[in-house]
Amino acid sequence: MTSFLKRAKYMGLVLFAVLLTCGSLQAKEAALMAEDPVVEKRLIHISEELRCLVCQNESLASSRAELANDLREEVRKLIRQDKSDSQIKEYLVTRYGDFVLYRPEVKPLTWVLWFGPFLLLLAGVVGMVFYLRQRQSGSSGKQVLTEEDRRKVQELLKSGDAP
Amino acid sequence: MKKFLIPLAMFFGLVIFLAVGLNRDPHEIPSPLVGKSAPAFSLHTLDPNAPLFGPQDMKGKVWMLNVWATWCVACREEHPVLVAFSKANQLPIVGLSYKEIQAQDEPAGRKLSPEEKLQMARERSTLWLKRHGNPYVLSALDLDGRVGIDYGVYGVPETYLIDKEGVIRYKRVGVVTPELLQSTILPLVQKLNAS
Repeated sequence: MTSFLKRAKYMGLVLFAVLLTCGSLQAKEAALMAEDPVVEKRLIHISEELRCLVCQNESLASSRAELANDLREEVRKLIRQDKSDSQIKEYLVTRYGDFVLYRPEVKPLTWVLWFGPFLLLLAGVVGMVFYLRQRQSGSSGKQVLTEEDRRKVQELLKSGDAP
Repeated sequence: MKKFLIPLAMFFGLVIFLAVGLNRDPHEIPSPLVGKSAPAFSLHTLDPNAPLFGPQDMKGKVWMLNVWATWCVACREEHPVLVAFSKANQLPIVGLSYKEIQAQDEPAGRKLSPEEKLQMARERSTLWLKRHGNPYVLSALDLDGRVGIDYGVYGVPETYLIDKEGVIRYKRVGVVTPELLQSTILPLVQKLNAS
């Protein structure tokens, strides 16, 4: 129990240190953002569609990783050079691959990714329809009592009355 | 046919997908640079008296480009492997020191000039290599990380194999292990040297 408490204390310290460094990074970020509102607006628009490669579940717009900072600076440069959105994305894809795009291009390699879920849904629906039909026709056809069954039932009923 | 086998089979199918998927390293992203020419650059090296270095200087040789930094923790694990490998004289290893001077290294309230950064990076890297051994024929200094972006660097250490024509043949993100050297890198080096 004491070792658990010690560990909890230690974790708290680590968390505190992490929060401290995050704060300082954020402060630096704010200074950069103020430069040119038009460029910043386009930067945010583009970088929301791009993945930060260090923290892979964050967009380039929201990540505070050092590399994301550099890449945002690079995108700013390209915006000032009047490059189009697709040119800027192309620039990053040639360096980091399709993985930087949050919305991967539709091409043969990504067909499974784009259409796979719909195919699975379709397979599920077809399977369900098939199953339900089979069950329906099965229940109406099979469970009719034979002559033999009826006779047995009658006998049981009668014997039940007797005593 | 036993009906309960169907959900059981589906369950095991799912388990297999998860087992494969969860054991893959999400940091390993296929590089679009493999098969393409190594991006050109021209950078200062650790030696203040040496001329600027660029990949064009290595034309005609199969060589390795290893991205490193003294602040990189994983590099410390990788470094002895590279030092041992360099002693085998299989191919020249060129270092690319990536953003050696980080934001927190700068004195408070003042930005270092590029010259100051260069000097600081040289001092720090040379000292580090003296302490840990130097596997590099030379080490170029990518102080602002611009070259790193051209090479698609997103995690130090990274290692590239470049052939005689200057085409990138292989990229490794993360630590180069002795196993990886034996199983993948060395055979590829031999193949590239033969062609």
